[in-house]
Amino acid sequence: MERRNIEEKIFKGLMLISTVVILSSLILILLTVLVKGFPYLSLAMVTQVPQGGYYLGKGGGILNAIVGSMYLAGGATFLAILFSLPVALYLNVYSKSDSKFVSACRFAFDVLCGVPSIVYGAFGFTIMIFFGMRASLLGGIIAIAMLIMPMMIRSMDEVIRLVPRELMDASYALGANRWETALKVVARQSLPGILTSILIAFGRGIGDAAAVIFTAGFTDAIPTSLLRPVATLPLAIFFQLGVPIPEVQGRAYASALILTILILIISLAARLLSKKLTRHVVK
Amino acid sequence: MKPLKVPMSARRVKDILASKIMLLFTLAALALIFLMVAGLYLKSKPILASQPLGELFFSSRWRPFRGEFGFLSFIMGTVWVTGVAVLIAVPLCLLTSIYLSEYAHSRIREWVKPLIDILAGIPSVVFGVWGMLVIVPFIKDVVAPFAGTFSTGYSVLAGGIVLAIMIFPVIIHVSLEIFRAVPQEIREASLAVGATRWQTIKHVVMRKALPGVAAAVVLGISRAFGETMAVLMVVGNVAKIPHSVLDPAYPLPALIANNYGEMLSIPLYDSALMLAALILLLVILVFNTLSKIILIRVQRSIR
Repeated sequence: MERRNIEEKIFKGLMLISTVVILSSLILILLTVLVKGFPYLSLAMVTQVPQGGYYLGKGGGILNAIVGSMYLAGGATFLAILFSLPVALYLNVYSKSDSKFVSACRFAFDVLCGVPSIVYGAFGFTIMIFFGMRASLLGGIIAIAMLIMPMMIRSMDEVIRLVPRELMDASYALGANRWETALKVVARQSLPGILTSILIAFGRGIGDAAAVIFTAGFTDAIPTSLLRPVATLPLAIFFQLGVPIPEVQGRAYASALILTILILIISLAARLLSKKLTRHVVK
Repeated sequence: MKPLKVPMSARRVKDILASKIMLLFTLAALALIFLMVAGLYLKSKPILASQPLGELFFSSRWRPFRGEFGFLSFIMGTVWVTGVAVLIAVPLCLLTSIYLSEYAHSRIREWVKPLIDILAGIPSVVFGVWGMLVIVPFIKDVVAPFAGTFSTGYSVLAGGIVLAIMIFPVIIHVSLEIFRAVPQEIREASLAVGATRWQTIKHVVMRKALPGVAAAVVLGISRAFGETMAVLMVVGNVAKIPHSVLDPAYPLPALIANNYGEMLSIPLYDSALMLAALILLLVILVFNTLSKIILIRVQRSIR
């Protein structure tokens, strides 16, 4: 065999091996969490808040963290939509398409997407000190909203960009102005994509720990107001792991399993949604 | 004659109002970058004023109680862990991207992509849990005895392996896009003059894609740089400059996340932690800007 063919064979083998390594790392992670967490999974885990002595191995569950994460990620997603949707519509409907301003904005949001969550957490913390706030649901919502806003803007922007130019022109030709076109044509046309972006951002919000470690605090109760501290699933996992009692650590694995399942459901829903809701979309 | 004054209709008022409000929102969102830099800078001013820069960055003496804040161990911790992660991730990701782009059937590609997306969506705490359950014991029981030393397993290597897996999706995603952007015609031209597929990849596709691949790697580095929870859980958190991959380390993000509790009780401590956040932010802004510029250039030059 020729040398160059041997080289090709070797590299092709290496490529296959790397692909398998990368995919099996995913499978290994999911399997480990499943195998370790499943035995400790119980109804009490998802229906009860921690009882007295929970962190010593006594009864209770992590309902506080599940509900807390939902509140936090839900509030943050809502806040982020308030900003992201107008920005994405502005970039695509109101600005001249692909002007310098638009490309500069896209560039800036892309760069913001790469800022790590711990920096958003630290910045959120400085804002809270500035306003004299304590670690609370509201503080966590603000930090997570800042974290997911740039991603939401960019993914909504990419979706809205795909709306055919002709469709907008048709709307203008019928006498609609830009606001009406943006709301009734562009937003509706890209609704499935927008919902997918929202779901993905929500998933990011639930899974993030570093941004809430300063800002949201931790508590065993389900928060009753925006100014109370709130527990989150990732931090619940982290704190339970820190306890050197096997029972509590086992529950940490179960909590990790719950978090992973939540995230998988959300990303599956996002995938299905983007396929299903395209019924009314003009192609 | 006076120009005719047409009263503005409610529709038009709404349109203009919406335009102005949306512009305001866009500018507010953009201002986030500057607000973050300014806010963190203001917070880290006291520590910058109290000690010379050289002392802060090139001293490894970290004794907050005595007012000594030398970041060197933490900076080196970050560099070590990121370095190991990149060394592991880059070859694997490149080979995988080339395989998916050049050899794999499009059906396989469409199968693998969602799996990579799932990997990207797994929360960092779960990576951390996995690292503690699998990687740390593996290093303690297999790697360290094999190397003839002792290690608790909580080490640079553990952090690097976990981080490498976390940056797989970033690097694969970007480099796959770059490889796909290389026009099919130039591949065919190369194959037509008798080159094998691998020769085509090596001499034609790679040459076109190389700057883009570099940008993908830089994006991976900056992602690794700021990753907090997963690394914090497996890296040991010992404030000393590591000398081997089996030593524990204490990267910057872990420093920030670990000390939020006591930071308000020691003078200058909060300022020092905010400086650490500022360093992370600035480094990542520079890295991301660089790689974005390269990517835009590459995409322009390929088309």
